[in-house]
Amino acid sequence: MHLSILTSITGVAVLAYIVELLRRQQLREKYAAIWLTIGLAIAPLGFFPSLLDSTARRLGVASGVSLVLFAGFVLVLLVSLHLSWEVSRLESETRTLAEDVALIRAHLAEHGALPARPEHTGPSEHTALPEHTAGTARTPEATP
Amino acid sequence: MNDGRRVLIILPAWNEADGLPAVLGEIKRQLPYVDTLVVDDGSTDRTSEVAAAAGSAVARLPFNLGVGGAMRLGYRYAQQHGYDVAIQVDADGQHDPFYIPVLLERLGEADLVIGARFDGEGDYRVRGPRRWAMRLLSLVLSRITRTRLTDTTSGFRACNRPMIEFFARWYPVEYLGDTVESLVGAARCGFTVRQAPVAMRARTTGRPSASPVKAMVYLVRAGLVLLLAMIRRMPPHLKDFAPGSPYYLSATTGPAASPAEV
Repeated sequence: MHLSILTSITGVAVLAYIVELLRRQQLREKYAAIWLTIGLAIAPLGFFPSLLDSTARRLGVASGVSLVLFAGFVLVLLVSLHLSWEVSRLESETRTLAEDVALIRAHLAEHGALPARPEHTGPSEHTALPEHTAGTARTPEATP
Repeated sequence: MNDGRRVLIILPAWNEADGLPAVLGEIKRQLPYVDTLVVDDGSTDRTSEVAAAAGSAVARLPFNLGVGGAMRLGYRYAQQHGYDVAIQVDADGQHDPFYIPVLLERLGEADLVIGARFDGEGDYRVRGPRRWAMRLLSLVLSRITRTRLTDTTSGFRACNRPMIEFFARWYPVEYLGDTVESLVGAARCGFTVRQAPVAMRARTTGRPSASPVKAMVYLVRAGLVLLLAMIRRMPPHLKDFAPGSPYYLSATTGPAASPAEV
């Protein structure tokens, strides 16, 4: 029964981790619901992998463990596909935001309401010194 | 020459502080009636200051978005400021402003005019897979746009008002999207594409990639971009600006009106 010890411990640990992430509000509800459902379905199977054997046999899979492996693989595939989709959406949103920022900045500059040089690229008095640290955090000492 | 049209030249620039003043100066000298917009695509050098000092409008992106992203910003700027014509010119001096009036003239019979390198003219020559890729692109895109196109990856192009409205809302941002996919999208929505022959100069900065492996990768990617562009669904709201729409008629014949008014 070595296998069921390993799977049960893993199942409970994963479930606990999901709950903990939820408790700390690190996980948005829309994802939390999916993960919680998956966790609750998987955890008991960790204790009794043989529960699935009859279902597996009906589907033509040799054993329940194989079925879990297959289902788990499909699940992981779907999840990563979903994440790619989310990242694509987020990227296009960020892109639009960046464009809006640039348009607003250009508008302000045209109407003289913006300093000639945005502050994060360095102070305008020191234009002779090229500043290549845009985007990275600067230490207070680096700012004159 | 200008016939009262407001013309904006969009120069997407990424770390082009060295060459930009000369390019802007040349445009100012040759075409005093046009406005310029330098889209600083998240440069780490003094691109935006140099451009502003040269008297150009500047839109500065907070981080690098690539040519496609920079161009969509340019078209959004042109749209917001009510320009009738937008012309895309590289900031590295490859595109000779001498040919801009040629593009402007050709725009009378098309929505989008591409400045295409003459076959055989100039020292621009490609061989191997890169050449096949360009052949393939020209062949397929000529079919799609129902006109002869020889230089589909040229970034030297001019658009009219409806095309600006279109590109302000839809501009491909991925690799080769800014040239190839934008053409396919425009053609699929019924816009007229034409090309005008231009001679291009050697680039003043940077070197074209020449390794056969890179060229092969280029061919594969070009094919993929083309395929995706063909099967992608165009957002339905773009029809509001396409040829045949009330907006298109009012923008190309009468004074420019906003889509909300028609």
